[in-house]
Amino acid sequence: MPSLKDLKNRIASVKSTRKITKAMQMVSAAKLRRAQDAAEAARPYAERMNAVMSGLASGMAGAENAPRLLAGTGADKVHLLVVMTAERGLCGGFNSTIVRLARAKANELIAQGKTVKILTVGKKGREQLKRDFADKFVGHHDLSEVKKMGYDVAQRIAKDILTRFEAGEFDVATIFYNRFQSVISQIPTAKQVVPASFDDTAGASAQYDYEPSEEGILADLLPRGVATQVFTALLENGASEQGARMSAMDNATRNAGDMINKLTIQFNRSRQAAITKELIEIISGAEAL
Amino acid sequence: MADMMQFDLVSPERRLASLQVREVRIPGVDGELTAMPGHAPLITTLRPGVLAVAGAEGETDYVVTGGFAEVTATGVSVLAEVAHPTKNVTQAMIDDMVAEAHRLHKEAGPDLVDAAAKTLADMVALGGRIGLEPKLP
Repeated sequence: MPSLKDLKNRIASVKSTRKITKAMQMVSAAKLRRAQDAAEAARPYAERMNAVMSGLASGMAGAENAPRLLAGTGADKVHLLVVMTAERGLCGGFNSTIVRLARAKANELIAQGKTVKILTVGKKGREQLKRDFADKFVGHHDLSEVKKMGYDVAQRIAKDILTRFEAGEFDVATIFYNRFQSVISQIPTAKQVVPASFDDTAGASAQYDYEPSEEGILADLLPRGVATQVFTALLENGASEQGARMSAMDNATRNAGDMINKLTIQFNRSRQAAITKELIEIISGAEAL
Repeated sequence: MADMMQFDLVSPERRLASLQVREVRIPGVDGELTAMPGHAPLITTLRPGVLAVAGAEGETDYVVTGGFAEVTATGVSVLAEVAHPTKNVTQAMIDDMVAEAHRLHKEAGPDLVDAAAKTLADMVALGGRIGLEPKLP
């Protein structure tokens, strides 16, 4: 049975924890709004880019001189997994779900006898993957210095991926991130970026004139397309992280509240018990006289 | 209105402009071109230059450094990686752009050196055109 003082201390400590989680929740809510706005604002560019590229790509598919970024290297041996996670924890299952998906994919590829290389973006994913795949790491991008997720960050990551591709380090690249569905639901997603793949091939390539040429434009666009996809993933991830943290902190706040109630009841009971005990002692002492 | 068309200027981070316009002058990679309503469908990549948009209330200029434009009979959308309204472009920004192009030119491999030289020349021409002094490092 903990003493009254112990109980009092515990209640005070849980109360301050609740204050912290509550504050974190509110900060996340504000950041989530901003992240969602950013994701929203980036959508027209990504959509237009995707539409034009899929139109071009469907025209080029199967052509002999198709760029390597579109047609691939012809091999399927070495896979690069780009695992994008957050820099911070305390956001529920956000980091773990991405890592779990990436780990499953990596194990599957290894079982098929393929070579796996891992490029991590964000500290948390690196920490979680280190145990199993430390020897597979080829690089890391630290985002802890990044205040505002800008296109330049995506360009830097895309450039790294493309340089490795040019150097023949891998055949297929897949990015892993959380797609933002709602505050309580984020969907871990794997998306192949090299060679480029498109969701819909309903492009309207035939009706356009191209300047300089279809090949020229495609060669110019494909690297931009990788950057755009990385950027989209970063923004989705940003929104997902804040959403996940918000609901995790909401739960934590509620749990802390429940715990405070329980502890308060326990505190009141033991205080009453102590009073009753003292009274009984006094009364029985008086009766004995 | 038949003599107006939709114009969109989007960068990866946000939509910079979306309005009805009369004509758009685009710095295409093979030369400047003017798109007006009813233009044949066209997709072109951009070189560094000035994108001039003539709307109902006068002309607006944007400095773009690259990207591409999609022209249809009913509208123009420009997807630019960097775009600034010309009046916001400062001497420092031009200097940065030119310095960056210059660096790329120096680092470019033999197969890319021509393209980089062209970009550099475009940058310098762009600076001159908007009344700033691009200095060569």
